[in-house]
Amino acid sequence: MDSDEDFVSNVSSDEDMMQDDTDNDLSAAEEDFDVFDDEPDDDPNVIPYKSDKKKGVAFDVSYKVFNSDDIRHQQDEMIDEVNMILEMSKEDAAIMLRYFRWNKERLIDDYMDTPSKVLEAAGLGPSAPELPKLEPIPGFMCDICCEDDDGLLSFAMKCGHRYCVDCYRQYLAQKIREEGEAARIQCPSDGCHRIIDSRSLDLLVASDLRDRYRELLNRTFVEDKDTLKWCPAPDCPNAVECAIKKKDLDKVVPTVACNCGHRFCFGCILSDHQPAPCELVKRWLKKCADDSETANWISANTKECPKCNSTIEKNGGCNHMTCRKCKHEFCWMCMGLWSEHGTSWYNCNRFEEKSGTDARDAQAKSRVSLERYLHYYNRYANHEQSARLDKDIYQKTEKKMVQLQTASGMSWIEVQYLNTASQALQTCRQTLKWTYAFAFYLARNNLTEIFEDNQKDLELAVEALSEMFEKPIAELADAKLKVDIMDKTAYCNKRRVILLEDTADNLANGG
Amino acid sequence: MDSPPVGMTISLSSDSDLSKWDVVLTGPPGSPYVGGVYNIAVTLPAEYPFKAPQVTFATRIYHPNVTNDNLGNICLGLLKPENWKPASRIRAVLDAVRQLLVEPNPEDPLEPRIADEFKNNRPEFDKNVKSYVARYAKGSK
Repeated sequence: MDSDEDFVSNVSSDEDMMQDDTDNDLSAAEEDFDVFDDEPDDDPNVIPYKSDKKKGVAFDVSYKVFNSDDIRHQQDEMIDEVNMILEMSKEDAAIMLRYFRWNKERLIDDYMDTPSKVLEAAGLGPSAPELPKLEPIPGFMCDICCEDDDGLLSFAMKCGHRYCVDCYRQYLAQKIREEGEAARIQCPSDGCHRIIDSRSLDLLVASDLRDRYRELLNRTFVEDKDTLKWCPAPDCPNAVECAIKKKDLDKVVPTVACNCGHRFCFGCILSDHQPAPCELVKRWLKKCADDSETANWISANTKECPKCNSTIEKNGGCNHMTCRKCKHEFCWMCMGLWSEHGTSWYNCNRFEEKSGTDARDAQAKSRVSLERYLHYYNRYANHEQSARLDKDIYQKTEKKMVQLQTASGMSWIEVQYLNTASQALQTCRQTLKWTYAFAFYLARNNLTEIFEDNQKDLELAVEALSEMFEKPIAELADAKLKVDIMDKTAYCNKRRVILLEDTADNLANGG
Repeated sequence: MDSPPVGMTISLSSDSDLSKWDVVLTGPPGSPYVGGVYNIAVTLPAEYPFKAPQVTFATRIYHPNVTNDNLGNICLGLLKPENWKPASRIRAVLDAVRQLLVEPNPEDPLEPRIADEFKNNRPEFDKNVKSYVARYAKGSK
């Protein structure tokens, strides 16, 4: 599947990508020296995120996608390093690294200072020299199940707490399968904090549990590292690395694209929400969850008491309203004072009276904030709805592409522009959607007008492209329309980049 | 088996079921719970001893670490999955429960209000404990 990175880079950041590559090569080359280096703080595995200083796209962050092999490989590399530097077994090095949440430098520093204390804390307390193995011990009784048959196989880690193999296996199965624990499985003995190492585990359990154990370890590796996050797409096994700092999240929206095609925000794991910053997104979503439906209903079904502004639903009866709260009496039709209605009860014909006009004005004012919210919400929801309808868009587009091939005699390569267009539509809609949430929180000034112009341009372009895209196959076969669609696609992407760049600049400058 | 821990008697709820134990604990002397007789239900899960037993107060008790309701759930570090070991002893659990009456742990409460009272208004706390003892824990069995 063609990912949308392709055309994003077309319009924006070809040199930028190259820049990234050289960066990585450099840091990879440094790695060899780093091992013997005393300076602990630069971790060569971390890619610095690119801020707006460099010329390039202000709203882009650098990131890297890893599959499960890469993740395993990364761990192995760090384990090998620690194994070499501190001359401890790989199993122990792994346990130490997990204890230090993969902060290799801190591990080495702390270990150099007080080795025995660090070992104890990590669950590698004082140990017997020989390697643990499964063995029958004469006269042994398992302290868990009280079996004492001759030749009963037993096992003890280096801490010497010995249990029969069946109990050990049962214990590990319970921990791994039921509790999803891997990195912190301790010796079964009460009060012993020794952590089970992978070598011992391999001796004891069958391959299915071993696989699960490894998978759980991988998971903790990603979860322990602040710079790594799992791709949240269903069934996607990839993790993404990005070095964005938490405190920068109000200025940068770190959208990353996984190799599976899912675009998400590295800061909050939600789907791509550029240009709105995470915090604002959170507030908006909360507001929408609380408010939107309720607000719609309130707007459609209620009015406020002209005196005390309590919200009132009229569920029957006549137009003579008496506010439950302040006892104000008014007419539901014209909102004017009831006392001015004279004898024409139950039939309001007084629309022109002053008290009524005033009350209606006041009412209108109190509705403005609600209306304002609904204005933005409806546009936001509209794009969200379109995006939802586009969910199976790839299948639809593919079908369209096949039909177009037969209708026009174009090759598969030649109809790819349709796919490019549909991807552009989706990405732009996603951005547009969030511009409305963003706009709701914007204070009105000159910058807002520029923002709204950008928003309008993008919206117009997207709607135009959408219309072309929906044309029947017969018309799509026209060569001119193809050129138009390609142009419009490029234009949409460009408008999106401009909008995001402008917004990112303003955010970075505290706008 | 060794004799049961101090101040407790242990029996099976039913002779055919080894997984349900009835423990009767008398309020430890020197604590405000003295004079109370508490029924404690111990349930051994099918996975026992690889999974921790469930321990609840069947008698209502006024305590920061026991829910103030009919469930009588207890907050006991020893019973949490990350702390429970197959080699841990029920005896140790029961001792810990008894110790919890001698020494409540208000820093890790199940009933924050009672914990607060325990820390800041001990006479009131003791009074409430005693009234609960009189109302619920006079040993109907």
